[in-house]
Amino acid sequence: MTDAAVSGGRPDRPRGGWPLWEVFVRGKRGLNHVHVGSVHAPDAEMALRNARDLYTRRNEGVSIWVVKASDITASSPSEKDPFFAPAGDKVYRHPTFYAIPEDVPHL
Amino acid sequence: MDETALAAHFEATIAADQRIEPRDWMPEAYRKTLIRQIAQHAHSEIIGMQPEGNWIRRAPSLRRKAILLAKVQDEAGHGLYLYSAAETLGVDREELTELLISGRQKYSSIFNYPTLSYADVGVIGWLVDGAAICNQVPLCRCSYGPYARAMVRICKEESFHQRQGYELLLAMVNGTEEQRRMVQESVNRFWWPSLMMFGPPDADSPNTQQSMAWGIKRHTNDELRQRFVDMTVPQAEALGVTLPDPNLRWNPERGHYDFTAPDWAEFKAVISGSGPCNAQRLAQRRRAHEEGAWVREAARAHAEKQARREVAA
Repeated sequence: MTDAAVSGGRPDRPRGGWPLWEVFVRGKRGLNHVHVGSVHAPDAEMALRNARDLYTRRNEGVSIWVVKASDITASSPSEKDPFFAPAGDKVYRHPTFYAIPEDVPHL
Repeated sequence: MDETALAAHFEATIAADQRIEPRDWMPEAYRKTLIRQIAQHAHSEIIGMQPEGNWIRRAPSLRRKAILLAKVQDEAGHGLYLYSAAETLGVDREELTELLISGRQKYSSIFNYPTLSYADVGVIGWLVDGAAICNQVPLCRCSYGPYARAMVRICKEESFHQRQGYELLLAMVNGTEEQRRMVQESVNRFWWPSLMMFGPPDADSPNTQQSMAWGIKRHTNDELRQRFVDMTVPQAEALGVTLPDPNLRWNPERGHYDFTAPDWAEFKAVISGSGPCNAQRLAQRRRAHEEGAWVREAARAHAEKQARREVAA
């Protein structure tokens, strides 16, 4: 479950081409970086420049991360996967699990 | 999970109007349909740079030149968003480029028509991008996540494309008699090919039903074509141009405009390679790819050299 995790089963370096980089953009200060797509580039520096040209032509970002697609490890895609099962039956982790009388303030 | 369970999970995801994501199981036919559609869409954006790129060096003012450059650059960007989405389905970008330049994958028939005057830049923005928007807005809700997300970005940018075109035409129709004639002549040429952009009539579009069942398409070709015509008629009136269809008139019973179908024989001919510019467009794309080969190789050699130095240091 390691290769090309974000984008499906693609090779890191396709024949003759440049490797694939996944691009993450921070839209503005205070927000997380969000995955926006991918670019091909020979190295990290060019990947950053290509990502800037492609994904921030209209001030869509203040910061960009590029990560080689082959360096991303991802969980299995199915929501029914047992990987997420441990969180499924722990309703007591949510505040709504606890019944508190309505007239008690600030709870 | 066995195949039946996986297929049931896929169907349930589609039925719940949820998105399919890259590593989800999907039927092979769904994957193939998407690859073909997204690749053709990407190729159209890339080839679509040519008709308008033709006018960059002859733009009538610095303002128009800056706008046209930005627009053509957007088309390149749209192509790249879409290749990126196609790659999530397991195809390789190099391979898609090969399929395009060897003529084994198609692109939109509209780009096989020439751009003969600067009015064409305005008419392409207004009619061609207008038609593209009609086609593309529903694709923002396509069942395949990466395609839908690429379309959201593209649609935001297309709005600039259409408005700059319409504004250009407004400037021309408020100009000289000669300029008004140029606009009308351009509209006459682009009207029918614009109608063809929605694809063959529903009765002749065998894949539509399956694509709709999969949530790839949300409306049929004819529905989208009608929507485009209804949208465009008042815009043409505001410009004071005539759409070249004597049968175009409001039908109060249907609540839509009636209009003449384009020449489907011409559409088929252009799609299969006999349009006015097919050979020129492909040759230009092939030349750009080949002439860029040394840049790709040099950048790669540089990256490899830097990587070796880092290891040595």
